[in-house]
Amino acid sequence: MSPDPMPPGETVPRSLFDKLWARHSVMEHPIAGTLLYIDRHLLHEGSRNGFALLKRKGLPVRRPDLTTATADHYAPTDNRSVETIDVRSRREIISDLSANTSAAGIKLFDLAHPRQGIVHVIGPELGLSLPGLTVICGDSHTATHGALGALAFGVGASQVAHALATQTLWQKKPKQMRIHLTGQLRPRVAAKDLILAIIARIGAAGGTGFAIEYCGAAVEALSIEGRLTLCNMTIEAGAKFGLVAPDEKTFDYVKGRPFSPTGDQWHQAVASWRALASENDARFDQEIEIDAGTVEPMVTWGTSPEDSVSVNGCVPDPTAIADPSRRASKQEALDYMGLSAGMPMADIRFDRVFIGSCTNGRIEDLRAAAEVLRGRRAVLPALVVPGSMAVREVAESEGLDRVFKDAGLEWRMSGCSMCVGMNGDLAKAGERCAATSNRNFVGRQGASVRTHLMSPAMAAVVALHGHAVDVTRS
Amino acid sequence: MLAFTRLQSVAVPLALDNVDTDQILPARFLAQKRELGYGPYCFRDLRYQADGAERPDFVLNQDPYRGAQVLIAGSNFGCGSSREGAVYALQDIGVRAVIAESFGDIFYQNALINGLLPIHLPAGQMQLLLAGLRDELGMTVEIDLAGQTVATSGGAAFDFPIDAFRKHCLLEGLDEIDFTINYIGQIEQYEAWRQPM
Repeated sequence: MSPDPMPPGETVPRSLFDKLWARHSVMEHPIAGTLLYIDRHLLHEGSRNGFALLKRKGLPVRRPDLTTATADHYAPTDNRSVETIDVRSRREIISDLSANTSAAGIKLFDLAHPRQGIVHVIGPELGLSLPGLTVICGDSHTATHGALGALAFGVGASQVAHALATQTLWQKKPKQMRIHLTGQLRPRVAAKDLILAIIARIGAAGGTGFAIEYCGAAVEALSIEGRLTLCNMTIEAGAKFGLVAPDEKTFDYVKGRPFSPTGDQWHQAVASWRALASENDARFDQEIEIDAGTVEPMVTWGTSPEDSVSVNGCVPDPTAIADPSRRASKQEALDYMGLSAGMPMADIRFDRVFIGSCTNGRIEDLRAAAEVLRGRRAVLPALVVPGSMAVREVAESEGLDRVFKDAGLEWRMSGCSMCVGMNGDLAKAGERCAATSNRNFVGRQGASVRTHLMSPAMAAVVALHGHAVDVTRS
Repeated sequence: MLAFTRLQSVAVPLALDNVDTDQILPARFLAQKRELGYGPYCFRDLRYQADGAERPDFVLNQDPYRGAQVLIAGSNFGCGSSREGAVYALQDIGVRAVIAESFGDIFYQNALINGLLPIHLPAGQMQLLLAGLRDELGMTVEIDLAGQTVATSGGAAFDFPIDAFRKHCLLEGLDEIDFTINYIGQIEQYEAWRQPM
């Protein structure tokens, strides 16, 4: 890897984001901004519109070697066969991914591949996403990969086409926010609780226009998987980019993965990665501090990820909100959710549980859920969907699948599944679902379905009791 | 891309915060081919009942808002999924501009690239716009992109910010890929210099 293009005599202290940005700047255009080079372009079925655009313009894929694809959004989770998908449009969109990637010479982890999985789970798992790289995908949760110290962001179909054609994107440098997470999370309080607490604090639009770097003792103490969860939901706070400075834990995590550098290249890479962390006195446009030690297990009550409170709290009262349009929005959310102000969160009765997604479908998530469920019986129908086939394999080697099945949960193949339901895994109309995924939007898990976001351990507790219980006390 | 210069239209009040792209275009329609048009699915669950009948209480089903080309939204419009289909769906029902206090970052980019003008105005001006809509049924707005102004039939006028490059592309209907192809030499130089892993 080349050294940072820092002019001699430059002394302005730079942030992690500044360094990643400078390292990938192909050129500056007086009005178009920075042309950023893309090191890793990850694709899923949603790339179809991007390929169609490219085809209309008669352009080839410029760097198929830097592009990787997987089928996740429409992947059936009860078997691995495209032919058995009963909805034609879903069958076609998966087949189109195979056809498009095959024609362009792009590596595809298709349904039959043992390393298939959700794009944001397999990127880090395979060593495709690495510190110091730029990573894009036509999916808003691409911020996930920033947990390794990469500049990673989600884009739309036109920008997918632009990146396929040129391996670059025009970007304007965003403002920068740093969130200091001091103290330590209590046992059984998860990264998911932390990010829900952050979004509740800054709001679903609080990070709009910013890149967010997470730092502090609580972040350093998080596992890489916890950091991936933290960065994953950065988009739910409105920011396209989430970042954590790479450290020894990151290097240990990355080492030996299928696409990670080896030998001399590994040593060179680690040396350059060590220089990425934000310098002392690097300037941020906004700084926020949150004591992770005060965070309790969180559960959402509304239809935005910003609508969360402690499991020990109550549904808030919208009439206390001064702004009339905001008050109306929150009342509407409560009406949709079938809840009333003041109701204890622990009294909400659930119908269904979903454990999985790019937020919480990693092995540590499954371990946390299994720990709660071991030797007990669920009272609700529940689906466990590993984030990748490799996660599934590890879980089975540890006997977690047994724990889930013995508790009465369904054990599936990997995919996005009930996070967005594009593969047909949906809750029934009007049902209330405890979900480890990232979005509680209206209709997200099916028409009139009510989604409550929470951590894997909390979702497991809901499966056992039919309502939420503080997992730190159970 | 469809060029955008000047537009006069009835403005639709959609004063909800955090309208996400799942609501603008529900996920279950994303496997449909783009060529068939996403208009019937735009705001599907807000606009129609499960059986396909219109919901009379939804603003886009009311006169004089049917077919209007400008939405006046709340804050954080277009948050959530990066699906560009949300922009196509709005365009397919005739929407050419959305005015809001803030937008989801990815939606904002997607809109500009496709010729749907996203205009952000500060909270105070948004409240004036919404008050104008309450006072005058069928209030129209006139948007002048070159001058970066929004004027209402009620007599209010606001300036709005927009990135110079995106403004240029919108006014000219300029395609971003065609623009970048001019710089392929710089991209090759970068690749030779950096040798990415």
